[in-house]
Order: sequence, then structure tokens, then C-alpha cells
Amino acid sequence: MNRKKSPGSGAGGRNVWTIMKKEFARFFGDKKLVFTTLLLPGLLIYAVYSFMGEGITRQFSPDEENPPVIYGENMPASVQTILDQTSLPWQETQDAEAVKEEIREKTADLLLVFPEDFDRQVEAYQTSEEPAPEIQIFFNSSQSSSQSAYTQIRELLDQYETGLANKFDVNRSQETGEPFDLATKEDTTAQVFSMLLPLLLMVFLFSGCMAVVPESIAGEKERGTIATLLVTPVRRWELAVGKILSLSIIALLSGISSFAGTILSLPKLMGAAADSMSASVYGISEYLLLLGLVLSTVLVLTALMAIISSFAKSVKEAGTAVTPLMIVVMFLAITSMMGGGPAQDVLLYMIPLYNTVQSMVSIFSLQYSMVCVGVAIVSNLICSVLLAYVVTRLFSSEKVMFTR
Amino acid sequence: MEEILRVENLRKTFQLSQKQQKLEHTREKKRVAVDGISFSAYRGEVFGLLGPNGAGKTTTLRILASLIRPDEGDAWVQGCSVCHEPGKVREKIGFLTSELKLEDFFTPNYLFDFFSQLHSVEPQVREQRKKELFHTFGIENFAEVKVANLSTGMKQKVSLVISIVHDPDFIIFDEPTNGLDVLTAKVVTDFLLDLKRRGKSILLSTHIFSLAESICDRVGIIINGKMILCDTLQQVTNGDTLENRFFQLYNAYAQETGGEQV
Repeated sequence: MNRKKSPGSGAGGRNVWTIMKKEFARFFGDKKLVFTTLLLPGLLIYAVYSFMGEGITRQFSPDEENPPVIYGENMPASVQTILDQTSLPWQETQDAEAVKEEIREKTADLLLVFPEDFDRQVEAYQTSEEPAPEIQIFFNSSQSSSQSAYTQIRELLDQYETGLANKFDVNRSQETGEPFDLATKEDTTAQVFSMLLPLLLMVFLFSGCMAVVPESIAGEKERGTIATLLVTPVRRWELAVGKILSLSIIALLSGISSFAGTILSLPKLMGAAADSMSASVYGISEYLLLLGLVLSTVLVLTALMAIISSFAKSVKEAGTAVTPLMIVVMFLAITSMMGGGPAQDVLLYMIPLYNTVQSMVSIFSLQYSMVCVGVAIVSNLICSVLLAYVVTRLFSSEKVMFTR
Repeated sequence: MEEILRVENLRKTFQLSQKQQKLEHTREKKRVAVDGISFSAYRGEVFGLLGPNGAGKTTTLRILASLIRPDEGDAWVQGCSVCHEPGKVREKIGFLTSELKLEDFFTPNYLFDFFSQLHSVEPQVREQRKKELFHTFGIENFAEVKVANLSTGMKQKVSLVISIVHDPDFIIFDEPTNGLDVLTAKVVTDFLLDLKRRGKSILLSTHIFSLAESICDRVGIIINGKMILCDTLQQVTNGDTLENRFFQLYNAYAQETGGEQV
């Protein structure tokens, strides 16, 4: 038997790159796929969050263009003065029942009914032995303008009542601009971002992987195209590594698109509170750490999904089989919202995926330790290598690859 | 004659799932697909594996292509063991079966380059070979058409071309003309003859007797996973047609094993 030198020997890196190029060509050559996986998530998140933010802001702020229709019966001079200082227009009425009907029909927003000698009764009111004079406010909670007017009027009247019994003031000089909340922009940003963003980022990364991994592994199995690859000299580990790396990069791009959409829409989502927040409080080192962390996490997620997809006979089956993993990832992600800051024990940063959430919390809250985040990244990378080995074994298994 | 393939006592058993047991009305949990098959193929010859559906032809070929491992026995392709050196075996063979599909999204041109790279074919050699093969099979005008938009015949031609991008000395074809119209089948048959003329060794599985008679030098007849007869075409037919000889052998085997004769 004659033996020849293997032409493919030493071509490991080249074959991995060849597989990666094919995966990129498959993905980036399909404009629809690029649009739905890379552009659409970011655009949709930006549009939805902006829309939500504007809706919330509108709900709680006065509508300058369409002021509420407010009526008052026996409006006392004291309250008239307060209302005249605001942008809330009002008019006197003598027919409360007719106005109530208008409020029911949503043609008027609010009716204030005062006792005839309200100001005198207030002045005479001394003790709690007799009932205090009552102001009746009629509104329609199903009408947003009416609800908004009610909230504003209620607030004004509460302030007036507090002012009547004024014994002391708290933080009065805040009106002149003296700051009492000593939290810096960094603190506010860190608090909000560390609660919200780890959860959102985990969701985006998982969705990014979900969009490409089952299709590339279970899809190729289902269509019989992976067998065509397995009959070439490409080694199983080259195939596994090529697929995991390329799919991770695509999933990462998808995650970055969603993340960018979130960051850009956050000022609109947070409304007025956004003035005290800025993503610029994070420096290049925080963003680099975050990138390393996200990349190592995507590798773990891609490899996990590759294993699940290898067992599936179709893309549909893979999609269903990935659900338990999704539940685990969501559960881990929610731990970021439980408060209490990031985990302190460095050993906890060795648990894949959980370490990602805790590291993100620590980075966003600017309380990170390089050791903990480093341990998390290294731990994720080691986990990815082990999972890639499992994928390699599965690609070598005829039972897994050829069972239909 | 130089032995290019040696198969020794191959045996392969598959577990039957409950679904398969139900479909096949059996309580057996295992099925012997290949039962101690041994044969050799020599350089420059076309060896035909003949047998009915389910006889074990495809399983044998898949073992030889190192896609699946035998339970027992081994085979050597140009001296490389399919059990111990599967990577080397895959470098040395071309393999075409209807089970292997091409990705619909890509064009023949892209796929040729992709598989050439996996087989470490030098770019200049690749371009020259692509030009020749695309011309032979009339693929030139479809080189930039996605596989999804090709006809069944054209897809089969592209699959065939892709399976030999690295110009292997030993090529395994599993039912290469299956499902093809007569014109495309003729192109494929002529190409097999051309490969033979160029000194390539071919292992072919088919149940089309006319194809086997027209191109095979030697044939092996497999029934129920066993090699019933393996010899030169002349010795096997012994003056009769291959089809008649096959049915004689089949009925003799059925009589011996208590099976149903045809």
C-alpha cells in the first residue's frame, strides 16, 4: 500500500478561516437577513423606546398646545391667584351638573367645586374637632388630559395646604439653585445603567445568537449540506471553531446594533431624568472591558446553542430546544435588577453567564475590579473552548449528525 | 494490478428507533446493514456494487467515505485506514451521493472555490480545473446562478463537479444517475467513462444494470448486507445478461434463506 503526504496537513487555521468566510458570505450575502438581524433590531428598539419615552413624558406633562378644559364653582380668590400663576386656564361655572356631564362625555376635563366661603372657612379652621372645608374635584380617569389635569391641580392644592400650616421648610433654597441631591451624573448614570443594561444586553446577545446559530447548525443538518462538508478533509474541530467564531461575530454585531438602539433611545425613554445621565461617564477602559466581556459571553452562548442545535433535526426543533437555555439566561440576567451591587466573591466570577451579568453590573456601576472582570472573561473563554470541544465531538458522531 | 481499495470483513449494525420498528413491522431493536463484506478494487478499474434497496450498498460507501464507522472490520483507501486515518481517506477520495446537498444560497462558482480551498487546491490549478469541468458539464452559463434556481439535472452536475474538485484518484459514486433525465444521465455516464479512460478508479453503486454493464470492469452483488458474488463482469454474467444473473443469484439466496423469490 503506498502512502502519500497529506495535502491538508497544517491547514488548520486556513480551513477555520475558509469556514468562517463561507458563513460570512452566507450571512452578508443575504440582504434580507442582514436587515432583519443587524439593522432591524437596533432601529426597532430605538423607535419603540423613543415612542414609549415620549408617551410616558406626554402622560405626565402638561400639553401646551391643547390645554385642559377646567371649570370652577365658587372659585376662591386664593386659588384663583395660584391658578393664574400656572399655564392652566380655567373658567367659572354656575352649573356643576352640566359640567359633570361634559366631563363624562370627555368634552371637559375637570371641575373644581369649592364651598361658597372657602377662604373664610380655611382661615377659621383651627382644630381637627370639626371637619375641614372640602374641595371636590371631578375628573375622568379614562381621559389622559383629564387625568393629567387632576394630577396637576391636586399637586397645586396640596402645596397650598402645606403652605397654610407652614412651620418650617425643607430644602427651600433648592428653588434658588442650591443642590441638595449630591449624587453626581456618574452616580445617577451608574445606578440606572447598572440596573437596566445588563438585563437588556443579555437579552440582545441571546437574541443575536438565536437568529443565526440554529439556522447554521440544525439548518445545515436538515438540508443535508453539513454532510457535504463532513466528507471533505476539513477536520471536525476546524468546522466547529469556524462556525462558532463566525456565528459569534455575527451575533455580536446584532447585539451591538440592539445596544446602540438602546443607548440612543435612552434619553427619550428616561424623559427629564435623562438630563442627569450620560453614557459619556464611562471611559475607554470601561467600554473595552465591556467589549471583551460581551465577546466572551457570545462565544459561550453560541457554543451552547451549537450543541443544542447539533442534536436537533430541524431549525424548528432547535428553536424549541433552546427555550430552557433562554429561561436560564433570563433568570441570571434578572439578578442585575435585584440591587445590592455586584457580587464581591471572586469565585462567583468563574460561573459562566452569571459572571457576565455581575461583571456588567460592576462595570456599569463603576465599581468593577479588574481581577473579577478578568476572571469572568477568562472563565468564559475556557468554557467556550470546552464547549467547542463538545461541538467537535458531536460533529464526529454519526448518531448525532446523521440521525433523521 | 495495484490495489487501491481493500475492504475487510466490514460489519455495521444500526439501532432501530421505536418509530422505525413500527414502520417496518418488526420487534428487532437492531438491524444488520452490512454483514462481513470483503472485497478489493484496483487502480484504473470501475467496480460496481449492485443490489436491491436496503441491501447495504450506501452504508458500505458511507463507511468507505469515513462518514460512519464500522462496528467491525476496516477498509484501506490507497493504504489509509478509514477507521484510523479518516482525514487522510477524505483527502484521497471523491464522494458523491444523493444525501449530500449543496447550499441553495451559493452559486456553482462560489462552491467550487470553497470546496477547492477545503481540499487545499492551489488557485491556479483550481481555475484551470473549474474551466474544464464547467465546460464538460455545460455549467459555464450557470456559474453565477444560485443553486436554488438550478434544475435537478444541473444540481446533480454541480454536485458531481464539486465532488472531484481535488482531482482524486479514487472516486465513490452512489447512484450517480438516480433521478436524472436521460440526457443528463448520458452526460454523467460519458463522464464516468472519461474518468476511467484517464486512469481513475471508480467505485459505483447502482441498480441500473445497463449502466453497470456499460462501464464496470468488476461487480459485487450485495443482498441483505452480504456480498453474494464478487468477480469480473465477464465471470459474473457468464454469457447471460447482468440482470438475469442478478435475479438468478437473488432467487437462489432467497431459497437458501427462506426469503421471498421474484
